[in-house]
Formats: sequence, C-alpha cells, structure tokens
Amino acid sequence: MIHSPSPRRRWAAGLSVAAVAALALSACSGGADPDEAAAEGGELTVWAWDPTIEYVAEAYEDANPEVSVEVVNVGTGNDHYTALQNAASAGSGGPDLAQVEYQATTQFILGEALADLTEFGAGDLADEFAPGPWAGVSSDEAVYGLPLDSGPMALFYNEAVFDEHGIEVPETWDDYLEAARDLQEADPDVYLTNDTGDAGLTTSIMWQAGGHPFTVDGTSVGIDFGDEGSQRFGEVWQPMIDEQLLAPISSWSDEWYQGLGDGTIASLVIGAWMPGNLEGGVPDAAGDWRVAPMPQWDDAGFATAEQGGSGMSVMSGSDHQALAYDFLEFAAVGGGKDLRVDDGVFPATTADLEDPQFVEREYEYFGGQQINQVLSESSAAVVDGWDYLPYQVYANTVFNDSVGQAFVSGTTLEEGLAGWQDTLRAYGEDQGFTIE
Amino acid sequence: MVATPTLRVPAPRRSRLSTPSNPRRSPLLTVLTGVVLLYSLVPLFWLLINSTKNQRDLFSTFGLWFGSEFSLFENIGRALTYDDGIFVRWLGNTVLYVVAGAGGATLLAVLGGYALAKFDFPGKKAVFAVVIGAVAVPGTALAVPTFWMFSAMELTDTPWSVIIPSLISPFGLYLMWTFANQAIPGDLMEAARIDGASEFRTFWQVCLPLLAPGTVTVLLFTMVATWNNYFLPLIMLRDPDWYPLTLGLNQWNSQAGTAGGEAIFDLVLTGSLLTIIPLVIAFLFLQRFWQSGLAAGGVKE
Repeated sequence: MIHSPSPRRRWAAGLSVAAVAALALSACSGGADPDEAAAEGGELTVWAWDPTIEYVAEAYEDANPEVSVEVVNVGTGNDHYTALQNAASAGSGGPDLAQVEYQATTQFILGEALADLTEFGAGDLADEFAPGPWAGVSSDEAVYGLPLDSGPMALFYNEAVFDEHGIEVPETWDDYLEAARDLQEADPDVYLTNDTGDAGLTTSIMWQAGGHPFTVDGTSVGIDFGDEGSQRFGEVWQPMIDEQLLAPISSWSDEWYQGLGDGTIASLVIGAWMPGNLEGGVPDAAGDWRVAPMPQWDDAGFATAEQGGSGMSVMSGSDHQALAYDFLEFAAVGGGKDLRVDDGVFPATTADLEDPQFVEREYEYFGGQQINQVLSESSAAVVDGWDYLPYQVYANTVFNDSVGQAFVSGTTLEEGLAGWQDTLRAYGEDQGFTIE
Repeated sequence: MVATPTLRVPAPRRSRLSTPSNPRRSPLLTVLTGVVLLYSLVPLFWLLINSTKNQRDLFSTFGLWFGSEFSLFENIGRALTYDDGIFVRWLGNTVLYVVAGAGGATLLAVLGGYALAKFDFPGKKAVFAVVIGAVAVPGTALAVPTFWMFSAMELTDTPWSVIIPSLISPFGLYLMWTFANQAIPGDLMEAARIDGASEFRTFWQVCLPLLAPGTVTVLLFTMVATWNNYFLPLIMLRDPDWYPLTLGLNQWNSQAGTAGGEAIFDLVLTGSLLTIIPLVIAFLFLQRFWQSGLAAGGVKE
C-alpha cells in the first residue's frame, strides 16, 4: 500500500517465478476441476477495491498464461455492495469474483448471490484460517468464500504524545477512560481518540465485551442491545461523550489523517490492517506510533474482537466458477497470499500468523517494534460466536440517524441504541425476516 | 452655485431613481455583493493554494497560504501518471461525453427550437406542454427509471448510457424556441423564400447566424451540465475505464477510507484543479456571446 503502483508491478513481476512455484505446491490441495479449468483458460472479472488484488491477478496470469483476469474497482464499501446487489438482481453484468467484507457476507448468502465452494474442496481449508475470518465466510456446512485478510483489534497509540503528557498505556477500559481524562487535562487540544458515531467500532467493542446483540438463525433474526456486553460499551463510552473526551472528527476524513499526524488524536482502538494506512496516510508521524493490546474489560482472561477484514467470493451467476475458484485459492492460500502478506496485508491464515518470520518482523514506522506479536496474539483471542445481521450494510448506514445523535445532542447512547434497535427490527420485518 | 432651500429638498429625491446613465450607489448592496464574491472566490483560492502543496504540507500548514514547498508541477505530473495515467483516460472520457452529449444536445435544441418557433404544425401545443413539464422535472429524478430502461436495452456500463440521456435538454430547447421567436423576423424568412431559397438554405444561411448568441448560451449550459454530471454516470457506469472526471476524483477521494487504500488527498486536489480549468476557459471565451444572447429581445426596437 505504501508503494506506488509502477514499482510494485515491477516487483510483482520479479516474484512471479516464486509465485509459479507456490502455485504448483498449493495446486494438489484443490479438486481436479479448478486445475483443469485453469489449464483450459478463460477470462475472469474481479470486483475489488483492495489495491493488492491487482498484482495478485498479474502474478496469476503469469502462472496461467491461458487465463486473463480483469480487476475492476467499482467503488469502496457501500458503492461496491450496491453495484454487486444490482448486478445480482439484474442477473447480468456482474463479476465472477467479488471482495466482500465479513460483515456483509450474510446479506449476499441470503440473496443467493454467492456460490457454495465445497464442491471445489473449500471445506478442507477450514484449518488453514483463523476461526474469526473463517466464521465470516462459512455457514453450517457451506463455504461462501475464502478469507483474504483479518482485522483483530489492538490499541494503536502515539508514544511521543503519551510520553509528553506522562500518560501510561491503558490496559483496561477503566484505565482508558482515565487516560482520556488525564490527556484532556494536560492539553485541551489533544484527545485520546476520536469518534462521531462509528457502527463498526461500536459493534466490535460490544463483541469484545461478550455481547451478542444480533442473533441469526436462517431467516429468523434477533436484535437486542439490552445484553450485558452492549451495556458495558455504554459504561465507557457514555462518560467519554458526556465529558467531551472524544475528538469530534470523523474517521477516514482528511481531518482525521491530519489529527493522527499532528498528535491531536493520540490513539485508536482499531483493526490490525491499520499499519498500512498509518504508513501511507500519516508519513509524518513515523517513529511515533506503537501498538499495544486492546484494552480489557476485566481480569477474567484476554479477549479481543475483529474489526473489518474481508474475504472473496465466487458469484453464483458466474459461468466460470471452477476457474474462479482456482484464482481465489491462489489469492487466499497460494502464491497470491504470500505477495499480499509481504506487502503488509494482515493475514487470516494461521500458518502466517504463527510464522516466526512474520511475528518477529520489525517495523521501522513503529520505532522497530515487532507489532505482529501483539496483533497475532489478538487474532488468537477473538471472542467466538459473534453474528452480524443479514442486513448489516444497511444497518451501518442508518447507525448515525439514531446512535450517532448521542454524539451531537442530548440523547444518551442507551436511547440511541434503542432507536437503532427499533429501526433495525422494522426494516428486518419489511425485508421478510422473522424478528424474535 | 447659489441654491435656495426649496431647491435642495427635491434634489436627493431625484437621485434616488437609478438609471443606467445615473447609477445610484448603495453601500448595503456593495457589501452584500462583496460577501457573495468572497463566498464564491475563497474555495477557488483555497483549491489553487492547496494544489501547490504536497500531502505533508497539506496537513500541517495554514490552509489559505502556501506551504514550505511548491509542488504544483510535481503534483500535476503525479496526478497524470497515477495508476497508469487513469486520470488522462477520465479526462478523455469527459471530453467525449461533452462533445457528443452537450454538442448533440445543442444541435437538437437549435433544430427543435427553430422548428417550434417558426413553423405551424398539429400538436404544437402538446409539445409545448411536454417541454415545459420536462423543464420542471429534475434530471436526478429521472436517473433511476432511465437506468432500468438502459439496463433492459443492455446499454448500461457503456459510453452510450451517458451520452444518449445527455442529448436531451428541455431547458435548451425552450431557450432556443423563445430565442428563435424573437431573433428571427418572419419577414426575413419570407424574403429569403421569395428570393427562391430552399427551406434548408433559409435555415442555414439566413437564420442560423441570427441564432448564434442563443446557440452559444445553450452550448455553455449543456457543456457545464455534462462536464459536472455525477449522478447519471454514477448509476450507469461500473467500469472505471469509462468514468468521467467527477466519478474518478470521487473514487480517488474514497480510496483513503478503506483498509489498505492509499490516501491521495494531494492528487484529489490537483485533479480537481485540472478538472475546472477547461470550464473556466470555456466561460471566458464564450461569455460575451452568452451575455449578448441574454439581452436580445429584451427591448422592443
């Protein structure tokens, strides 16, 4: 992500020999069908916003001269899903493969837009992946995609700012709240973190707290923010809002990048893919940032959650499913995956997560810290059993209509969550789900 | 110089009447106009200044003045070459959509407006009603039905899906219609016909030159509309190779919002600057035609 495309391409071409070898090794694990399809050749269209997919495709083409792969960026996040949904319902114009975030997979499974990959042998790959990402692409016995990356959460903090104001790295959420207060007292221009209402962050913190606000069983859906995990989120975040300890800056805006660079925003609790974004978007702060474990709820045991991360799926409308699967395998567990991990993508494969070379890698940007130690440990401690709604994409877009109000007006988080719950129940019923 | 008190009283009253030869100055109006001027120029100024900064300065220096380095030319070079020069491709697409879409829309408006103004035929009133109705319907409201229609014809995700809807400009047609009504004296057409000119020649050699100011006005309007069009290409196009600049720049901007995406705010700004330059040039060149066009027919001579 840090490289500009042209050197990356040259570099990818140089590695294509290694990619061929890696493919030859991984080929035996797949069924006979995909291999034959790859030898026979054809054309594939891939919809993805991740820039690394582009050079994975080039490496794959080098290894399979009969195949041509076109990677199209149809938009980021919601734009991408809208396009995918339109193509799926129109029955034409869609890709053979599409990148899908774990939080959006259920929606497309229920829409029957994704092909079941067990017939190509995808079921045998279960042990290759960390449980969190694997749960994100599989459902009962069926497998609807392969994980590309994962986002176990950690605390990213600006050590220079922490040191300047004598702030200790918070280990629990209580410490975290305290640190936020101390920092504001030391310098009113500096905030521990920013938040203007972020559905992804909110649900991930509930997840870590052991909350299960969403339960999904086929087409029957339960939504309840009354459980203990969701309550705990409010216990930390409500005081943060009341005491104005959160920087009023929306994540991913230019102001946000600016705040991360000039020390206005001193830390983030965020997914393991963040190093690439920091290195690329905040080059000024090189050497200042460090990674620490996610703040904990109590001493009961180390627990974390996932945030973001995506897999890739073969579309059920594709005419080249076997070939598409062959490419997917290359991108998720074959040579393509190696290229991506080398480029800084945080892997979903256990072999990589435990590989000493990966774990002990030192990052100059993080002052030489072996940040993957922290991130890999987080990956192993993700609380299992979390469900996203079958319409999570929609749910996240209406988050700020209700919960977001708590950040800007007098309503409380609890009232906001109750409002979100009502909206989501009503929408679910409209969509034909049974709401419990 | 000797003025009696009785003469002094009506004097200021007379000066209250504002005429072109004796304009009245109003401090309030001047201030208001000044505010509006600032309001419209500050963003442009900001864009100009910040296009000269690299990403580092963009985040760390004052927004309304230059940064420590002047990187405008480096930024332009990078914007034009980033991602295999996709920006140039988007620029080419936009030019294609403008030439084919806005050019075609203007041609149709001129032909249609002329016909409606100068010929009598059954159903003319119905056409008038439809055109007036169409002016009132915003293009955004029609975008989704248009999408379904083009989807059924399998034209989505092709340049045709952007060009064809751009060809229709009810406002342009209405403008040309009124303009032709007033700019072309019926006697002149009659004289041409009596002299033996064919209908085509009457139009081409006698009327078209008279329509020039109106034509330029419509061209300018449709050009700006097509150049800035965002929503129509957004729903029609999926393949970034066919994006116009508006969509492309937005894609660059949202790139910063994903895990693994590269934040290129400096290129988004420089790209935006490059995008508005052709429009500014078009305005400067066509402005005098446009102004004379608006005034035509305003006063009976």
